[in-house]
Amino acid sequence: MAYALQQLINGVSLGMIYGLIAVGYTMVYGIIGMINFAHGDIFMIGAFIALTAMVMLVSGGLMEGPAAILLVLAISMTFTALYGWTVERIAYRPLRGSFRLAPLISAIGMSIVLQNFVQVSQGARVKPLEPQLPGGIELMREGTFVVQLSYMQMLIIVSTLTVLAIFTWLVTRTPLGRAMRACEQDRKMASLLGIDTDRTISLTFVIGASLAAVAGTLYLLRYGVIDFYIGFLAGVKAFTAAVLGGIGSLPGAVLGGLLIGLIETFWSAYFSVQYKDVAAFSILAITLIFMPTGLLGRQEVEKV
Amino acid sequence: MAFAAALRDAAKATAVAFGLFVVMVGLRTDVGPTGALFLRTRWPEVAMLCAAIFAARLAMGLWVMPRFMKAAGSSMSGPLARIGTFFGMGLLVVAVILPAIPGIERGQIDLAILVLTYIMLGWGLNIVVGLAGLLDLGYVAFYAVGAYSYALLAQYFGLSFWVCLPLAGILAAFWGILLGFPVLRLRGDYLAIVTLAFGEIIRIILLNWVDLTGGPNGISGIPRPTFFGLPFNMSGDPGTFAHFFGLEPSPTHRVVFLYYLILCLALLTNWVTIRIRRQPIGRAWEALREDEVACRALGINVTTTKLTAFALGAMFGGFAGAFFATRQAFISPESFTFIESAMILAIVVLGGLGSQLGVAVAAIVMIGGFELFRDLGEWRMLVFGAAMVVIMVLRPRGLVGSRTPTVALGRKRAIGAEFVGEGRG
Repeated sequence: MAYALQQLINGVSLGMIYGLIAVGYTMVYGIIGMINFAHGDIFMIGAFIALTAMVMLVSGGLMEGPAAILLVLAISMTFTALYGWTVERIAYRPLRGSFRLAPLISAIGMSIVLQNFVQVSQGARVKPLEPQLPGGIELMREGTFVVQLSYMQMLIIVSTLTVLAIFTWLVTRTPLGRAMRACEQDRKMASLLGIDTDRTISLTFVIGASLAAVAGTLYLLRYGVIDFYIGFLAGVKAFTAAVLGGIGSLPGAVLGGLLIGLIETFWSAYFSVQYKDVAAFSILAITLIFMPTGLLGRQEVEKV
Repeated sequence: MAFAAALRDAAKATAVAFGLFVVMVGLRTDVGPTGALFLRTRWPEVAMLCAAIFAARLAMGLWVMPRFMKAAGSSMSGPLARIGTFFGMGLLVVAVILPAIPGIERGQIDLAILVLTYIMLGWGLNIVVGLAGLLDLGYVAFYAVGAYSYALLAQYFGLSFWVCLPLAGILAAFWGILLGFPVLRLRGDYLAIVTLAFGEIIRIILLNWVDLTGGPNGISGIPRPTFFGLPFNMSGDPGTFAHFFGLEPSPTHRVVFLYYLILCLALLTNWVTIRIRRQPIGRAWEALREDEVACRALGINVTTTKLTAFALGAMFGGFAGAFFATRQAFISPESFTFIESAMILAIVVLGGLGSQLGVAVAAIVMIGGFELFRDLGEWRMLVFGAAMVVIMVLRPRGLVGSRTPTVALGRKRAIGAEFVGEGRG
């Protein structure tokens, strides 16, 4: 019981990170209908910027503790958003309205570029960062097994919920959100009604990248080691989460992220660590066989 | 006036570049002797990069863009389409006489083998993506199935390459059907992610099923192919290839043999594809790509149509895999990662979906170019990725911009690639 509770906590905090990345995938998919393969690498860039900022603040002796983490989050979000914007501008905007596979290939190319750019500029070795927020709250004790909710996990859960709340407000209550939803439904019609679709799409990438930056920062703080390759697996998992939840659906992305995180954690805890990815992918395949548009996805109606 | 605008544009680009590079290039974290991270600054590099971006953007704004705009009006697909047949024939002739061309050494033949392997994989995937319009992101799984089938059958049952080659193809086709069956209802990107997932599942299983596959250590000592029972070796004993034909034993014999082997396999793939496009099943694939609903309405069995595309594409992937195993004599899950799938798909799309010649050209450009830039070291992949983006942005429909429809009313002629559907499955 205690063991399961601990796994639940771990799974939720991992799932939240996946969820944050998945939101970026699903937003871009909803609005321009392409798989943004470079998104996982944007997440990786976010983690690297956070690492640099963290080392600068902490080893420079400028700041410490929660204030430093908040500042690092802000720095990482700002610079990563710039990467998101640039990727869209260089690789996707010229292909707007082109056929479906062209942006996919240029996204794969962009992902290779980002990975190798980081490898060249920051080195291929893994970067370890000492824990910034040690300790936690003891929730339950069963024999010698202690269920612990670490401060780090609390930070992940609280900041994810905050970011998602702000994000939901942005999408549902602001003119920008309305423009985004309009573009999602019908881009041509939206532009006829005076919405600057290019700008809206750019902002979608900026928002998606900042969410990925939050995920990257939290990942760095939680796991403490990053390298230039983390983006691939995290990206594939997050995309899996987005599809599982029903691609294009924002609550679906978060739900999918949580599910993937929980499946992975519980599978590693009770069965085998090696096959945790197989478990996540199999659940995806099985879900899609029975619900071809994901859990919360809309059924596509095709006009003939 | 134009100069001022270009200058402003370049200044903006430089500002963005500064933002991009100031953290990622200007500051570098390294692991210090105590294990803690420390920062190094590299401001001169940032300044140089920004200056380079400024100059490049200014040059683009002033000279390249106006000219490009002018050129965009005239179609670039014309010339290649007209000379396409001759070009293809020329390529084939060069391919056939390649080992005999003076000055061609072992290294170059090895490279040609690699390129041909990718051409074959590209043609195989072209059946699934280009003809049937099913987006498959896990094609490398079938390549892996083929390679491991041969390696394991040779290791455990001592079967020879020539027995295993068809078996590897059949097994891969079987896996194609097995994986294709559950995803028949899925469309578009759902199909893409599930095929990607299957590719990863197969790789993870190969990696972790240590008893059977050797796990990350892979399988080594895979038997080399023989020339109809005559082995290639350096001893010159009776019964070897060199002795039988009275030749001086040389390591080049095997390389040349492997070259012709993969050339034959690739041409077989091409021939089967071209022939099958004219069969009812090939026409059904292309019809499916253009409009699935109409296909159903016309009574085409969508299930078998999709499954045969998966199976046939997988079979050629399996052949290529068995060839890969015998050529390398060593395989490990490392060779079958997602990036390999992405590479093959990129070759198909960069060449031009559904265009046989385009796939060959793209494979030569991509793989050959990749080897050409060997000196770039760690920059090589960076250039490679950037090239993918640039080619796609400049030529979204691939290098070969025209297609010849299989069926035509009246005279058959090439049409623009934009008139060909891309499929939604």
